[in-house]
Amino acid sequence: MFDDLRDLYQEVILDHGKHPRNFGKPEAFNRMARGENPLCGDKINIYLMIGPDGRVIEAHFDGRGCAISQASASLMTETLKGKTEAEAEALFGHFHDMCTKDDHEHTDHGPLDPEAVERLDVLAGVREFPMRVKCATLAWHTMHAALSGDEKTTTE
Amino acid sequence: MDTRLTNAPYDVEKIRQDFPILTRLVHEKPGRPGKPLVYLDNAASAQKPRAVIDAMANFMAHDYSNVHRGVHYLSQVATTLYEATRVKTATFLNAPSPDTIVFTRSATEAFNLVASSWGGTHLKAGDEIILSVMEHHANIVPWQLLRGRTGIVIKVAPVLDDGTLDLDALADLLKSPKVKLVSITHGSNVLGTVTPAAEIARMAHAAGAKVLFDGSQAAVHMPVDVQAIDADFYIMTGHKLYGPTGFGVLYGKADILESMPPYQGGGDMIQTVTFEETTFREVPHRFEAGTPPIVEGIGFGAAIDYVTALGMGAIHAHEQRLLAYATEKLRAIDGLRLIGTSPTKAAILSFTIEGVHPHDIGTLVDRAGVAVRVGRHCAEPLMDRFGVGATARASFALYNTEAEADALVDAVRAVREFFN
Repeated sequence: MFDDLRDLYQEVILDHGKHPRNFGKPEAFNRMARGENPLCGDKINIYLMIGPDGRVIEAHFDGRGCAISQASASLMTETLKGKTEAEAEALFGHFHDMCTKDDHEHTDHGPLDPEAVERLDVLAGVREFPMRVKCATLAWHTMHAALSGDEKTTTE
Repeated sequence: MDTRLTNAPYDVEKIRQDFPILTRLVHEKPGRPGKPLVYLDNAASAQKPRAVIDAMANFMAHDYSNVHRGVHYLSQVATTLYEATRVKTATFLNAPSPDTIVFTRSATEAFNLVASSWGGTHLKAGDEIILSVMEHHANIVPWQLLRGRTGIVIKVAPVLDDGTLDLDALADLLKSPKVKLVSITHGSNVLGTVTPAAEIARMAHAAGAKVLFDGSQAAVHMPVDVQAIDADFYIMTGHKLYGPTGFGVLYGKADILESMPPYQGGGDMIQTVTFEETTFREVPHRFEAGTPPIVEGIGFGAAIDYVTALGMGAIHAHEQRLLAYATEKLRAIDGLRLIGTSPTKAAILSFTIEGVHPHDIGTLVDRAGVAVRVGRHCAEPLMDRFGVGATARASFALYNTEAEADALVDAVRAVREFFN
């Protein structure tokens, strides 16, 4: 019945949605933000530990949401580790473009880690589902808010 | 002219032919056949019969003009047609007079009107109003805004686990001599619960409080008699009754409306205006500032004619059959939790599925052509009450069928398998 939804709900997404990585509030973190999607009620907290060299040492999240938002947050925390803030922001810019624009419309957000880009590509299917884009980008908006020092953000 | 008799058998297949949109396919793409639309998002907004679409188009093509103003021919034609809707609305709700019917641009505006005009005049700091936990945000936020201005106190009546209004708790809240208003839904947009309006009004009045019912859902599913239930205010909306958007109704008892100052100022609601002083028109026009939603009013009148010809009682009976059928089928699905199982309810089924977020349910069943609402349904406190972040909601209308309930159930079963 749902064969043509496999582009959106790829196995990797179903797996991360069911078994999210880096889930739960860590004991130590030095940046955090709370994100909310008022449309659907999804809530997420992002916890980051930034090292003295400015790189992300640990990234965790908790909260509730749909399979897309949980998988996106899970994948994000995995790809953020070891990144500088600038690299994390560049990935956010790339990810946002990937979810909302055709490939040729992407803007240059700075140097990108090709491996992370490839991993995040499983979520590109949301572009065909405008109502679900915010599910995928909520974690990234919240991560961006955490880096900027805003403790609360919404996708609106 | 619709010649159906109200006591004719309910022929849903024939009725469906009155709604042009019901024959369309969704998710059509080159090389991929579309799916028939199974529209179960009626509690959000209902589809429109040809009679409503034609009435609005014909009015604009033949009879359109501003109302209540000109002396010219069309202005009088348009005014007569627009005011005819007020008479139809009064009949529909069994209001004692068309003068007790105020037209607004939405049910939401009607709540704001009552909160601002009646509440702003008759409520003072420390006065209490009682809402219920299952209210739509439209019956919460205007009171909170009023609270910010006046210092009123908002009390909340709970519901039982099956979604029935807790009348004992309501009675306890009504023991306070400070209660001035009970503002409560007549039918929950999430749970489907139909509240015992006459009983609530009796309790409120015995406590010296006024009572307002949100009929946005109830009035489209069953006959409503505002005099029989003794409502002081009753609010409904046009677009859920198969009419256009941009049109709401406020019924108010004549003496209460008389005691209320204007809500908005502007044209059409005044008698005379000088820069020193303005006098206002009589009720209900006092509350209708500016050019009203004229075309929408014509469409709403046609919608009332349409459902009246079918018979609200017959519509209610049809939907109750669908509710019983769909409830039994959904209950048989493992891991599915129905939220709202009151013995008195409208054909609205909110549910969650273990391990699957409602948003994912919505996207998946949509691919099968089934349109349901997912999310918080503008009733966030109720989501908290039942410990869920969101639900999926299937809501049935006069044109839905058992086959469509089956399509919903099949799609939900497939969702379970997809995420297993």
